Amino acid sequence: MGIQQPIVNEFCITFSTINGSGSATANITLMRALFRMGIPVSGKNIFPSNIQGQPTWFTLRASKKGYLARVEKDDIVVAMNPTTLAHEMKYLSKGGVMILPDDFKTESIRDDIILYPMPVKKLVREAEVPPSLRDYIGNMVYVGVVAWLLDIDLEQIHQALNFHFKGKQKAVDSNYNAVVAAYNWAHDNLEKKDPYRVEKMNGTEGCIMTDGNTAGALGSLYGGLQFAAWYPITPATSLAESLNEYNPLLRKDPDTGKDTCIIVQSEDELAAIGMAIGAGWGGLRSMTSTSGPGLSLMSEYIGLAYFAEVPVVIWDVQRVGPSTGMPTRTAQCDLTMVNFISHGDKQMIILIPGSVTECFEFGWKAFDIAEQLQTPVVVMSDLDFGMNQWMTKKFEYPDRPIDRGKILWEEDLKKKLAEWDGQFGRYRDVDGDGIPYRTVPGNQDIHSGYFTRGTSHDEYARYTEAPDVWERLMERLRKKFKTARKYLPEPVLTSNPGAKIGIISSGSADPAVVEAIDMLQEKSIKADYLRIRSLPFFDDVKEFIETHDKVFVVELNRDGQMLQILSMEFPGAAQKLVKIAHMDGLPLSASWVRDQIVKKMEA
Amino acid sequence: MDQSQIAQAMNSVNSVGLTRNDYRGAPSTLCQGCGHNGIAAQIVAACYEMNLVPEQVVKFSGIGCSSKSPTYFLGRSFSFNGLHGRMPSMALGALFADHTLKGIGLSGDGDSASIGLGQFKHLVRRNLPMVYIVENNGVYGLTKGQFSATADKGLSLKKQGTNPYLPVDIAMEALVANASFVARSFAGDPKQVKELIKAAIAHTGVAVLDIISPCVTFGNHEESMHSYTFGKEHEEPLHEISFVPARDEITVEDFEEGTTRDVTLHDGSQVILKKLEKDYDPTSRWEALRILEQAEKNNWLVTGLIYVDPNQPTMYDMYNMPATPLNRMTEKQIRPARETMQQVNDMMF
Repeated sequence: MGIQQPIVNEFCITFSTINGSGSATANITLMRALFRMGIPVSGKNIFPSNIQGQPTWFTLRASKKGYLARVEKDDIVVAMNPTTLAHEMKYLSKGGVMILPDDFKTESIRDDIILYPMPVKKLVREAEVPPSLRDYIGNMVYVGVVAWLLDIDLEQIHQALNFHFKGKQKAVDSNYNAVVAAYNWAHDNLEKKDPYRVEKMNGTEGCIMTDGNTAGALGSLYGGLQFAAWYPITPATSLAESLNEYNPLLRKDPDTGKDTCIIVQSEDELAAIGMAIGAGWGGLRSMTSTSGPGLSLMSEYIGLAYFAEVPVVIWDVQRVGPSTGMPTRTAQCDLTMVNFISHGDKQMIILIPGSVTECFEFGWKAFDIAEQLQTPVVVMSDLDFGMNQWMTKKFEYPDRPIDRGKILWEEDLKKKLAEWDGQFGRYRDVDGDGIPYRTVPGNQDIHSGYFTRGTSHDEYARYTEAPDVWERLMERLRKKFKTARKYLPEPVLTSNPGAKIGIISSGSADPAVVEAIDMLQEKSIKADYLRIRSLPFFDDVKEFIETHDKVFVVELNRDGQMLQILSMEFPGAAQKLVKIAHMDGLPLSASWVRDQIVKKMEA
Repeated sequence: MDQSQIAQAMNSVNSVGLTRNDYRGAPSTLCQGCGHNGIAAQIVAACYEMNLVPEQVVKFSGIGCSSKSPTYFLGRSFSFNGLHGRMPSMALGALFADHTLKGIGLSGDGDSASIGLGQFKHLVRRNLPMVYIVENNGVYGLTKGQFSATADKGLSLKKQGTNPYLPVDIAMEALVANASFVARSFAGDPKQVKELIKAAIAHTGVAVLDIISPCVTFGNHEESMHSYTFGKEHEEPLHEISFVPARDEITVEDFEEGTTRDVTLHDGSQVILKKLEKDYDPTSRWEALRILEQAEKNNWLVTGLIYVDPNQPTMYDMYNMPATPLNRMTEKQIRPARETMQQVNDMMF
C-alpha cells in the first residue's frame, strides 16, 4: 500500500471491549491526552445495562473544526472483544484500521482493512502485575499502540493517568509503564500503513472536560442548594453522587465547619420528591434528580407543588422509555410527559441545557427561577450529556446575586401588613403578575402562618369549593406562567443570511444540528437555527416559525414531542413544522440530520 | 363549670402569655362524635399546657379524615396537607428547613398503614424528631366506609361484607422499625391521650402515637376494636400516666412510692407511670413486643407508653447541621466564594 496523504486530527476511533474489564480508564486517558494536545474531542460511551461481561463500546472523535456529535462510521476500531468482530466490520469505513490482540481469529475480517495485531498477552505477562490487574494492564497495551500509531504525546498520557489516579504514584507508574512498553513494542514491530495521525493544535482553549451530571451538581451547589433528596437511577445517579463529592469542598461553612447543604438518599422517588417539596416549602433551595421512571413516580407530588406553589428543582436525566426501556441509552423522550405531568390543568417550567457548561449555568439559575415563580422547575438533561465526557466551556461564576423571589420574613411582612390592612393573603395577586408573596415556617410573626393544601383554596389559603374562587385561582396561575417568560433563558438564534428554512432543536441534539447546518451549506442549503432553552415558549419561537418556509424540528424521540407541543401552542404555524425525530438509543449524527432534511425538503 | 368560669379558664394565660384560644383552629367539619375531634382538643390542651408558641410548631398531614384535622387546632401555625401516605417525606424536608421547630404529624390508618407504610417506617427508622399521631379507626371514612388495613379480620361492614385479612398493627410496625417512642391510646380516654401527647412533644426523636379513634358514622360496630364500646370494655392501660415538664418539681404525694416508674426524657421532663397490675418496663423493646403479642392473643386494647428510648440519636445527629436554621442562611453562606470557581474548573480536566 502506498503512502497516503496524512489525515490529521480528523477521525473516529471506537474501542470495543467487555464491560467490567476496566477499559473506561484506558479510553478516557486517550481522550484526555488528545484534549491536552489542544485537539477538540468528544467521547460517547455505548454501554449495556449490566455490570460485567457484556459488550461495550467507546467512541472517540477528534475534530479539528470542533464538532462534537456522534459519527456513524469508524476510521479505527480497537477490537478487544472477540465476540463482536462482525459488528465492528459493519461500522468500519472503507480502508479503515483495526487494532486487535494477535490471538483473535481474523478469517471473517474484510480484506480492505488495515490490521494491526498486538501481542496483548505477552506484554501483560512481561508487565509482571498481579492477576487481578491483568485486564486493566491489557487495556493499557492498546493505549500504547494507539499512541504510537497516531503519534500521541506520551507526556500527555502520563498527565492524564496522573489526573485519573489522583496522583497515586503506584497506579500511575504501573499503568504508564505498560503504555510505554506497548508503545515501544509497536515502534519496533509495526509498520504504519494508515493515514491517521494527530498534531498539536489550539482548539481547546477556554475549555474543560467534564460530564453534564457533574456540571449540574456543581451548578446546583453554586445556586445555593440547601437540600437534595434522591434515589439511585441510571443515568441520574452520578448527579447526586457529585453533590456528595463536591459538597464538602464548596459548602462547608468556613466559620462554623457545618454543612450548609443536606443530601439525603431516600427510600424511593416518591419520598425523594416529597422531601424536596417539603424543604422547598420550608424555604430551602431544594432539588431532586431522577430519570423517566422516577419522574413517573414523582408526578403526583409535582402536581401538588404546582398547585400549592412550592418552589423545587427537578433534574430529569433522560433515558430511553417507555417503561424500563433502555436504561443506559440516551433520548429526549420525556418532554411531553413533563410538560403535562400530573393530573388537572397545568403548565410546567422546563429548562433544557444545550451543552455541559449550560448544565452548570441552568443548575444555579433553576433555583432563582423556581423561587421567583414559586413553582417546580424541571431541568431536562439526558444520558448523553449526563454520563459522557464532553469538551465544554469553562464554568462561569454566576453573574448575578441569588434571587429568593417574594419571600417575607418578619420585618418584610410587618411592612407589607401595614399596606395590606394587617392581613396576609398567601395567594393574593398583589402585584398583578400572578406571583403571590410567601412566608415560610419559622417566621415568628403571628400573621405569617397559613395552611398549605392541594385542595381548592382562596387567596387566604382557606378551603373553599366556590366556583368563582376556583376559576380565579386557575386564571391567576395562568397569568403567573405568562410572567414566567421574563425569568427564563431565551432561545438562541443562529442566523444564516438568505436562509428560507429553519431548524428548531434543543438539548443534546444541538451538536448534530450545528454540524448538519455546515454540511447543508456545502450542498448550498442555508438554514437558520433556533435552539430552544425553556418552556413555556417565548414569542420569538412563533415568529421564527412564521418567518420561514419550512421549519425542521430535530429531536431524539419517536413521536416528535417538541413538534407536538409547538403545534399545540402555535396551531396557525403548525403546518410549517416538519418532524425530524429519531430514537434508537444513540446520540444523533449530523449526517443523519442532513440526509433527513434533504429528503424532506424534496418531499 | 358555669359560663363565667369557662370564660375565665379560656382567658387564663400560660407561661408564654397565651390563652387556650390562641391554640384553637377552625371549627371541625368532621362528624359529630368523631374520635378525631377529641384528639384535636387534647392537642390544643397539651400545647397550651406545654407552653408551646404556635409559630414554633409546624403541622403536617396526608389524606383522609384524620389528615383534615390539623385545620381544627393551632390555627396560627404553618401547616402542610400533603399527599396520601406521603406526609412523612414532606415533613422531613420541611423540618430540615428549621430544625428548631416542633413538628406534629396527623395521619390515619388509611394513610399510614397502606400507601404510607413505607414512608412511615422509613421516617421511624431515621428517627426524625416529630410527633406522629395515627388516628386509627380501621375504616375509610371520606370514601364512605371501606375496610382499612388496620380493620380486624372477620369484621363486617354494610357494603363491604366481611374483612378476610389480618390487620396491620401500627404500634408493632413502629417498634420493629426501631421507633424511639411508641404509645397507644384510645380517643375515649382524653386524659391519657393528653398526657401521651405531652410526653410525645417532649420526646427528642420520632414519637408514634397510635390512637384508636372510633368512626361514629361507618365503623363504630360493637365488635370492632376501633369502636367506643370495644375500647371502653377492652382497654387495658399499662399504667396511669402523668407527664411532668422539665421545670416542674415532681410531687411524690400523687404517686405512692413503689408503685410508680419514672422515665426521664431528653429535655429533663418526666413521664410518671403509675403501675397497675402488671410490672411493665417501657424502656425494654423486648417487653414492648411481648405485651403487644399478648394483647393480640387476649383481645386487649393495650394503652399507655409502650416503648421509649430517650437517648436514641435523631436524624439531625446524623448530619453536620448548623445551629442556625438552614432557611435563615444568607447568600454568603449558601453560594461558594467567587475564587472557588477557578479551583473547580481546575479540578475538571
